[in-house]
Amino acid sequence: MSTLQPPVLAIDNLRVEYPLANGTTFTAVENASITIGPGEIHALVGESGAGKTTIGNAVMGLLEKPGRIAAGTIRIGGKPFDPVAGSAEGVVLGRDIGAVFQDPMTSLNPLFTIESQLTETMRTHLKLDKAAARARALQLLKAVGIPEPERRLKAYPHQLSGGQRQRVVIAAALSCDPKLVVADEPTTALDVSVQAQILTLLRDLADQRGIGILLVTHNMGVVAQIADRVTIMHRGKVVETGPTAEVLRRPKAPYAKALIGAVPRIDVRLDRFPVLGEEGKGRAAEARAALRAKAERTDATTDGTPILAVEDLCVDYMTGGWLPGSTGHRFRAVDKVNFTVRSGEVFGLVGESGCGKTTIANVVSGLVRPTSGRVIYRDKVIAGEGTVRRIGPLRQAIQMIFQDPYSSLNSRLRIGSILAEPILFYRLAATKAEAERDVGQLIEAVGLEAEAAQRFPHAFSGGQRQRLSIARALGARPKLIVCDEPTSSLDVSVQAQILNLLKDLRDATGLTLLLISHDLAVVRQMCDRIAVMRRGALVEEAASETLFTCPQHPYTKELISLVPTLDRIRGETHAA
Amino acid sequence: MLKVLLSRLGQAALVMLVVSAISFVMFRFVGDPVSSMSRENASVEEKAELRRSLGLDQPVVVQYGRFLARTLSGDLGISYRNQRPVTQLIAERLPATLELVLVATILSLALGIPLGVLCALKPNGVAARLVQAFSLIGISTPTFVTGIVLILVFAVSLGWLPSFGRGQVVDLGWWSTGFLTLSGLKALILPGITLALYQLTLIMRLVRAEMIDVLSSDYIRFARARGLPRRYIHFHLALRNALMPVITVTGLQIGSLIAFAIVTETVFQWPGMGLLFIQAVSFVDIPVMAAYLLFVGLLFVLINTVVDILYAVVDPRLRARSA
Repeated sequence: MSTLQPPVLAIDNLRVEYPLANGTTFTAVENASITIGPGEIHALVGESGAGKTTIGNAVMGLLEKPGRIAAGTIRIGGKPFDPVAGSAEGVVLGRDIGAVFQDPMTSLNPLFTIESQLTETMRTHLKLDKAAARARALQLLKAVGIPEPERRLKAYPHQLSGGQRQRVVIAAALSCDPKLVVADEPTTALDVSVQAQILTLLRDLADQRGIGILLVTHNMGVVAQIADRVTIMHRGKVVETGPTAEVLRRPKAPYAKALIGAVPRIDVRLDRFPVLGEEGKGRAAEARAALRAKAERTDATTDGTPILAVEDLCVDYMTGGWLPGSTGHRFRAVDKVNFTVRSGEVFGLVGESGCGKTTIANVVSGLVRPTSGRVIYRDKVIAGEGTVRRIGPLRQAIQMIFQDPYSSLNSRLRIGSILAEPILFYRLAATKAEAERDVGQLIEAVGLEAEAAQRFPHAFSGGQRQRLSIARALGARPKLIVCDEPTSSLDVSVQAQILNLLKDLRDATGLTLLLISHDLAVVRQMCDRIAVMRRGALVEEAASETLFTCPQHPYTKELISLVPTLDRIRGETHAA
Repeated sequence: MLKVLLSRLGQAALVMLVVSAISFVMFRFVGDPVSSMSRENASVEEKAELRRSLGLDQPVVVQYGRFLARTLSGDLGISYRNQRPVTQLIAERLPATLELVLVATILSLALGIPLGVLCALKPNGVAARLVQAFSLIGISTPTFVTGIVLILVFAVSLGWLPSFGRGQVVDLGWWSTGFLTLSGLKALILPGITLALYQLTLIMRLVRAEMIDVLSSDYIRFARARGLPRRYIHFHLALRNALMPVITVTGLQIGSLIAFAIVTETVFQWPGMGLLFIQAVSFVDIPVMAAYLLFVGLLFVLINTVVDILYAVVDPRLRARSA
């Protein structure tokens, strides 16, 4: 794109440093150069800690203290950025640069109306009076596609859905006609269908209003769908930059290749995920064989017989109405759901947020009581009418892996104590020494070093913690593990490792997995059979390949079509 | 909203019933009122007569029923010591305590909130450090020490302010106020400061902690990214979020100030509820003690209800849930 106008953003050899307490400095960004023209969407991708958000913050003058721009220049609309003033001359944050943050649930102040939060920016920068600002706010809400804008103006953030809130955030970012928008993971917290709408909106804004957008994201699918150019970052350095189609199709740098390869693909099923870096080998295989031997000793049957049956399951949540006699509102989270998980398989449960998939996980693991219907494990009812008490072997047989590896490990206990807990509780080891040996084996089985037992959870990264959560679940020698979004808070490369680990463990120990996820690509790679949920009900259940190659239900088709993939790259469809 | 309010009131009534039962039990079992009321050499017949006239010869349940009925009609019995209706005694003393607490609360909010904000915005500034140090002193010095030191400096040495009493008061119906005379206002200063000191430091520290929390939240970052003026972000947006827990704490503190201003009132010989209670305890004046218990219970129940309603007014999320 060649225009006579200066680029809306020109970053040249930017270096951002954080002085540390011990006198050294940490370089968050090194020699980064990015140019964005009017109407261009430039994606900045990388794993967490790659420095991509730091660049966004530097452009807005919002670097967290004590971070500072140590070298390089930033020009916004041709005007140089002054690190001392925290802005470029004549460029006002909020008026000339708009910002969109990741989590629409937290970026609006819960105590103020949408109107007040939209109009305050315009009244500050454009000196509009109340009525004019209100009229413009209405226009903006219409422009970002919010239904009934008059009513929404008076609403508070909690009365809007996540997608609507993100639209309000975008409306606020656009309110003073900025030339540049910095969007930091604008769709990460949203469902695929909402994500698709927001991405279309951003693309339209770039095309129609000529806004330059710096899109910070870790999602390659999003990049493929809307970005004109892409810059891949790794540990603060730019490893590759260029037009989207070229970088995604023919990455040159090894890291870029690996990162793109690690993205779970929705179009084909692979045996394993390509991973970045080394994985635990050798000892891990040995440890897993030992685990399997132990599992056999208890009673392992991986013959495809039904292990878990969910029958007519309904779960209602009550809201309000705690005065005796009043009924309040009844919200049906799970509505007459039926499915059977066979032993030894990976069964996937997919759907958008609020569809009831986590509720089912909680019923299966005994954390929530069903309103009606039952859940049967082998031949025992474990939830619903006629429930037997979950004691001993029954409780032991079903274990859980949670979404957030940061909050699911007790930060005050050593890894050794955390992992020994299920072993000692279920008396799976005769002596303490035996328990310790088992813990060592578990840690090796998930690809870490045995001396991890001596350390506390904070010494581990998110991916390593999730490995330890898996080890803890395995410690009880379960037959069935319920995994609730086990990788959704992890980077793609780490996600690939964890998913490979789950696959290997399944193969090695004959586990059955109930995998709950919103990510269709992950589910396709992992599962043998898949059930799709929508608003509490099961809409389709099929073998994994069948579901993706010929989905029956329109909702399934829609979900699959909405996932941004690397096949549909923008540069190719638009400019080819 | 109405439903929540009704259920709140129901709960309040239940709490008050329990409090009244405790208060009644006190009547019945803490010492024998007859022996403490009658002369030392009173005859058995005289004592029996007194017992009958007080209704103490009736079954416990009947006594409790009567007690409830009387309490509801505003009759809290007659003070053993003063031989005057307790309701009257409390009504006389209440204005003094309420005015003192009002001054203390206004003082602690008016100083505590801005100081807390200052400490949150410039945590490493000289002013903030001084305020922090001062707040440590404020929170760790016992009330009676503060009171005595203030008296020593401002009443004894400098002679600027009175050391005890309410000064001259003006009667507005049954309410006697010290706000309308110079001596009344002067008399409020020292006990007001003494009582406010602890609240002040508490509120200051709370506002500081909340404010630091709120300032690092996403919505404040987003407000900064929209280029809103700093002042507006700090005082209009962030402060409102930070004040949510302050409402609860202030509410509860007002309750305990009214109920337990005892030490301050004793030091300054302030003719309020606390002094009344201390005297009642030393004379085993059970009707006064029981009435005091009821009063304090009612006070806390009322304040908690008001705090709940205030929360709904400030936080729209709570409004929606109860609608």
